[in-house]
Amino acid sequence: MREVFTRPKSMRKVVMHYCPGCTHGIAHRLVAEAIDELGIQHRTIGVASVGCSVLAYEYFDCDFQQAAHGRAPAVATGIKRVLPDRVVFTYQGDGDLASIGTAEIVHAAMRGERITVIFINNAVYGMTGGQMAPTTLVGQVTTTSPGGRDPRHCGHPIRIAEMLATLEGAAYVARVSLHDPAHVARARRAVLKAFRTQLEDRGFALVEMLSSCPTNWGMSPREALRWVKEKLIPQYPLGEFRVPEEEARP
Amino acid sequence: MGERILMKGNEAIGEAAIRAGCRYFFGYPITPQNEIPEYLSRRLPEVGGVFLQAESEVAAINMVYGAAGAGARVMTSSSSPGISLKQEGLSYLAGAELPCVVVNIIRGGPGLGGIQPAQSDYFQATRGGGHGDYRTPVFGPASIQEMVELVMEAFEVADRYRNPVMVVGDGILGQMMEPVVLPDPKPLDSLPAKPWATTGNQGRPPNVINSLFLDANLCSRHNEHLQEKYREICRREVRYELVDPEGAEIYFVAYGTTSRVVRSVMNRAREEGIITGLIRPITLWPFPQEPFERVVERAKAFLCVEMSAGQMVEDVRLAVNGRRPVHFYGRTGGVVPSPAEIADALRKVLEGRDPGA
Ligand SMILES: Cc1ncc(C[n+]2csc(CCOP(=O)(O)OP(=O)(O)O)c2C)c(N)n1
Ligand code: SF4
Repeated sequence: MREVFTRPKSMRKVVMHYCPGCTHGIAHRLVAEAIDELGIQHRTIGVASVGCSVLAYEYFDCDFQQAAHGRAPAVATGIKRVLPDRVVFTYQGDGDLASIGTAEIVHAAMRGERITVIFINNAVYGMTGGQMAPTTLVGQVTTTSPGGRDPRHCGHPIRIAEMLATLEGAAYVARVSLHDPAHVARARRAVLKAFRTQLEDRGFALVEMLSSCPTNWGMSPREALRWVKEKLIPQYPLGEFRVPEEEARP
Repeated sequence: MGERILMKGNEAIGEAAIRAGCRYFFGYPITPQNEIPEYLSRRLPEVGGVFLQAESEVAAINMVYGAAGAGARVMTSSSSPGISLKQEGLSYLAGAELPCVVVNIIRGGPGLGGIQPAQSDYFQATRGGGHGDYRTPVFGPASIQEMVELVMEAFEVADRYRNPVMVVGDGILGQMMEPVVLPDPKPLDSLPAKPWATTGNQGRPPNVINSLFLDANLCSRHNEHLQEKYREICRREVRYELVDPEGAEIYFVAYGTTSRVVRSVMNRAREEGIITGLIRPITLWPFPQEPFERVVERAKAFLCVEMSAGQMVEDVRLAVNGRRPVHFYGRTGGVVPSPAEIADALRKVLEGRDPGA
C-alpha cells in the first residue's frame, strides 16, 4: 500500500494544543516538510516566540530556543552568528512580530540576517484571548476594540511583508494564505524558497501566512477560513514582494 | 603572564574577554562604556570572532541569549539606562540557565541621569533587576588589574553555574589608564564542553533552551533547582578583601572606586593616629558575611561609603545584624565623595555622631 499522508520526520509524535480549525498546525507542517525535503533536520535550530505557538519546541523534532516576546529575530541572530553553517528559523505571531518585536524584525531584515522567519498573521493576539493586534482590520471587533478597530483612534493595519520588502537585506519576502488546499500548496513552495534563500546565503527571508483564529474570531473553522479569503486577503494581498536577484531576472 | 602595559579600563575589559575565550559581543552605544564595543569591533574580527552593534540593548541581550544557547562564550556591556533595558533578557537568561557576562559601567541616575561615575545600580545588580526569583553573581573590581582578572573569572563562573554574571564599574574605572599585566589567553580547546547547547541535533535528541514551565509544580521544581544553584554559589564564590590592622575600631565598608578613595582617607587618618579597617566586597552578590564575623567583636562601628544614596549599606546592616552601629556616607548623581568629606564622616563616627545627618 502506498502511503499518501504521513507525519513529517521533523515533527514529533505528540498531540498539538491548537484549537480545532486553527491553521497554526498547517503552518507547522509546512515548515517540517520543507526541513525534511531539504534534509536539514539535524542542523536546524528553531526559535519559538511568545504566542499560541510558544510550545513549538515540543512539536518540531530539532534543536530549539524559546525567546522572549518579540525578540526571536535577535535570538536567531545570536545563534546564526555563532553557527553560520546551521539553519535558523523563527516562528512568530503578529503580536510578537508586528507589535512588540518590530525593532528586532526590521533590523534583522536590514542586516540581511541569514535566517528564515515564519510570520503568522491572524489579525489578533491569540494566546492572550483575542485582543486587538496591529494587523487587526478596520472595524474588526476584538476584546480590546469592542466597537471595532477605529483608525482615528488606533490607526490602520500594518503590512509587514510590504514594509520589509523595501529593505535590501531582505532577499525573499512573500505573503501566502492557508485558507484552502491550493493556497496551502503555494505556501509550501514559499516556505521552501525561504529556507533555500538561507541555505544559498542570499539574505533574510520571511513568509507571512494569513492564518485563522476561529476561537478568537468567534467563528466555526469553516467560517474562519472563508473570512481569511474574503476579508484578510483584500487587506493583505498575496504574492512575492521580494525574490533573490538571480531568480528575478526573466 | 605577559608584560606590564598601560591600558584604559574599558579597553582592558575588552581584551580580558578575548583572553577568556569570548568571541562574541553584542551591544549598543552608551557613555561611559563606548571604548569596550569600539575596542572589540576592532579586535574580535582579528581572532575569528563577531562584534555586532545591535539596534537596542533589548536586542543585544537577546542576541547574547541566542549565542549563549548556541554554546558560545559571549559578552555584552552597557551603562545604567541600557542595563535597565537588558533586565528582561537577564531574567530569561537566568531562567533558561544560559551563561554570559554583562558589564555595567554605572553612571548617575535615575532616568537619563548623567554620565559621571556612580554606584547607584547596586540594588538592580544584586537583587536581580528583572522579574522572578533569580540571582546573578556580581563582581565589583577596584582597579584595572582586578577588572581584567574578574572579567576573565566571570566567564568561568558563568559557565560553571550556567548563569549570567555581572561585572560592575564606573566611568572612572572605565576611562582611567593603569598599568596591567594581562594573563595569557585561555586556549579555546580548554573551555568547558556544553552538551546542552542548541547546535543541531546530529546524533542526539533535540536540545531545548527554555524558561517556560506552564505546570506550576514543574515551574516550582525548576525554581528549587535554581535556588540550590544559588546556594552553591553563596558557599563557593564569595570574594572580599579585609584590611584589618591591629587596633582598628572603625571599619569602612566600600567597593570599587569608592574603596580607593576610602584607602587614601585611611592612610591619612593613620598619620593622625586613627587606625581603621576596611571590608571591601569583591562579590557584591553573594555578599560576604565572613569578614563581618571576623571583626564584629572588636569593631566599635561600621562606616559604609558609596556613590549612591545608600544601597550596599542595607547588606551591611543585614551582615552586622544589629550587633554594632552601621553608619553611611554617600554622594549621588555622579559626584565622587572627596577624601575630606569621608574623613569628616569618619570623625563624626568617632565622636559617636551620625555622619549622614
Ligand atoms: C513582555 C510580554 N508582554 C506580554 C506578554 C503576554 N502575551 C503572551 S502571548 C501574547 C500575544 C501573542 O499574540 P500573537 O503574537 O499574535 O500570537 P498568536 O497567539 O495569535 O499566535 C502576549 C501579549 C508576554 N508574554 N510578554
Ligand atoms: S487561540 Fe486562535 S491562534 Fe491560538 S490556537 Fe486557538 S485558534 Fe489558534
